[in-house]
Amino acid sequence: MIQQIIFAIVTFASFGFATKQFLKIRRNVLLGKDKDISDQPGERWKNVFLIAFGQKKMFKRWIPAVLHLFIYVAFLFTQIELVEILVDGFFGTHRFFAEPLGALYTAAISSIELLSVGAFFATLIFLIRRNLLAIPRFQMDEMTGFPKFDGNMILILEIILLIGVFSMNGADKVLQNMGADHYHMTGNFAVSTWLGPLLFGGMSEATLVGVERFGWWLHIMTVFAFLNYLPISKHLHIMLAFPNTYFAKLQPKGEMENMTEIMNEVKSMMGLIEADPDAPMDDLPEFGSNDVMNLDWKNVLGAYTCTECGRCTSVCPANITGKKLSPRKVMMDVRDRATEIGKKLDSGDMQWVKEELRAEATMLTKENFDDGKSLFDYISNEELHACTTCNACVEACPVLINPLDIILKMRRYEILTLSAGPGDWLPLFTSMENSGSVWQLPDARDKWAEEATSQN
Amino acid sequence: MAKEYKIPTMAEMAAAEKTPEVLFWVGCAGSFDSRAQKVSVAFTKILNEAEVEFAILGKEESCTGDPARRAGNEFVFQMVALQNIETLNLYNVKKIVATCPHCFNVLKNEYPALGGNYEVMHHTQFLQSLINEGRIKLKDGGTFDGKKITYHDSCYLGRANGVYEAPRSVLQNLDNDLVEMQRSKTTGLCCGAGGAQMFKEDEPGKKRINIERTEEALETGAEIVAVNCPFCLTMMSDGIKAKEKQESVMVYDLAELILEKM
Repeated sequence: MIQQIIFAIVTFASFGFATKQFLKIRRNVLLGKDKDISDQPGERWKNVFLIAFGQKKMFKRWIPAVLHLFIYVAFLFTQIELVEILVDGFFGTHRFFAEPLGALYTAAISSIELLSVGAFFATLIFLIRRNLLAIPRFQMDEMTGFPKFDGNMILILEIILLIGVFSMNGADKVLQNMGADHYHMTGNFAVSTWLGPLLFGGMSEATLVGVERFGWWLHIMTVFAFLNYLPISKHLHIMLAFPNTYFAKLQPKGEMENMTEIMNEVKSMMGLIEADPDAPMDDLPEFGSNDVMNLDWKNVLGAYTCTECGRCTSVCPANITGKKLSPRKVMMDVRDRATEIGKKLDSGDMQWVKEELRAEATMLTKENFDDGKSLFDYISNEELHACTTCNACVEACPVLINPLDIILKMRRYEILTLSAGPGDWLPLFTSMENSGSVWQLPDARDKWAEEATSQN
Repeated sequence: MAKEYKIPTMAEMAAAEKTPEVLFWVGCAGSFDSRAQKVSVAFTKILNEAEVEFAILGKEESCTGDPARRAGNEFVFQMVALQNIETLNLYNVKKIVATCPHCFNVLKNEYPALGGNYEVMHHTQFLQSLINEGRIKLKDGGTFDGKKITYHDSCYLGRANGVYEAPRSVLQNLDNDLVEMQRSKTTGLCCGAGGAQMFKEDEPGKKRINIERTEEALETGAEIVAVNCPFCLTMMSDGIKAKEKQESVMVYDLAELILEKM
């Protein structure tokens, strides 16, 4: 009975705290601008099934793909066992589904066990890859400090979880064989039927019950710890990969979003349309993005979805040739900035209200927020200027994150709002504006044709 | 060449009350860059030979706006783009072929939002259809026969628009061995020119991107690097020169290779 009460308290506390954290992530994502993404649901679901569920893009690199698949499928299947743990925990039952499901139960637990063994070795190999093998994408500047700890932390939690699963099932099997009370026969589990006796054979019944309970509690506590660690971890991708693939861009990768407000202004300048007299007269119009609030929410969702695998950066031509740009860092920066803004909003501290609004403001909101910082404090111009817009990062992402979209929006801010940017580009712009060509040249545009045909 | 080689303009066509089958979009590089001009000449010769009724805009053509848009300058992009759309719509243009994948991408994907709707093809796709329809006859024997070719995917034809097979299928018609580079198709490495990089100095780094790509091309042992983009043409040619291989390795646009076999 005491176990049940403790279990109920821990479960509710854990879900309650996690919910609060997840709602904050949702709030941070929605710091981004509204954007309606509801077209072509069929295509979008197809992406969810192929890319998120089916992990299609992971298989571009098959070694990590196979290892990752083991952990992923084991994780999905373990949820079945988790349902039973919750039922047993609340009602004080033991292996509630064993009797009603019979052979099906044995088969389900056996497959979980086999997958877990796969996941165990995959996790060990991942730890080795991350820490011992010098795989470049795990060794870059942005992968020091918390990101490095985070990557290992998840893998260690995974191993603890598996220790829990096998202590629980193994001790249970030995107890079953001893005919211990309460531990009814469940049929042979693929792994613990032999692993149990091997590890725990010869122990007393009391010790075995202790081991079984330890495994059971370790399992569920690790799950709860994991659930509450997720919101601050790169591992959020296990959830956000699904919405992120659903909302991914469906147009050709080369297509940049049109800026309607500028198009209309140029159209009215050219006399193609009447200037809209009702258009708001903004003294200092802002174009492009310098912060999370003027990115789309979809960009921020991508940032929280990123699991820092670094496939984008490892194929980036700028990064490969030693430039400062790393698409992964761009995503991490957007996420860290969104988290920073979220924390400041949570503080409610009126010092973060825009100075000119501070007198009238009654509370701190994302609309009146200004902490004197921006995304440019995280992402330097040098990084933005190194991009060749080649889409290699976009193509490489296993969960359809688009770092290029953010880079281009920040370039727009730099050029259009700050009137800055590389000096080399000024002659380009001037020439395009004056002569309609990228180079300012004295020759006529069709001189090549005249010369070529004059030899007839 | 037996027939008279002609490059008519849309204005001349309109004056003669004729509508060409297709508009050839030449682009800034194809018009002004001395190396890319040769590609324009080669492509128009093929069009003449295949008896395709085509025209160019000539002096009425402007930059599509690609580098300005990618640099972040939407104002300049809109100015040139809207001007082009005015011109194209005035001539009631329905179908466009471009030898530059940057022009192709903007015309095809970005002009519709501004009011310019056309059927747009890249010249490698156009060449493929001419070959498939039997409008281009390839002869046996040619200067390049038997030479090993490697094909460099441009970002704006490849990843940006998913066109990987058309250029390869065109190359299959040549009497050459096609060898792929380590990174090709979806994982093809950029030449370094896109995103308006062509018009600025590199950011500080260890290496130029075109050198990285050239080294990869040289590793294949190919004697010809085939490209589909005037900027890749410049970047790869510069890379080959930097590696002092210009005597043994040549960089050609697909159109030039096809013309050589006609």
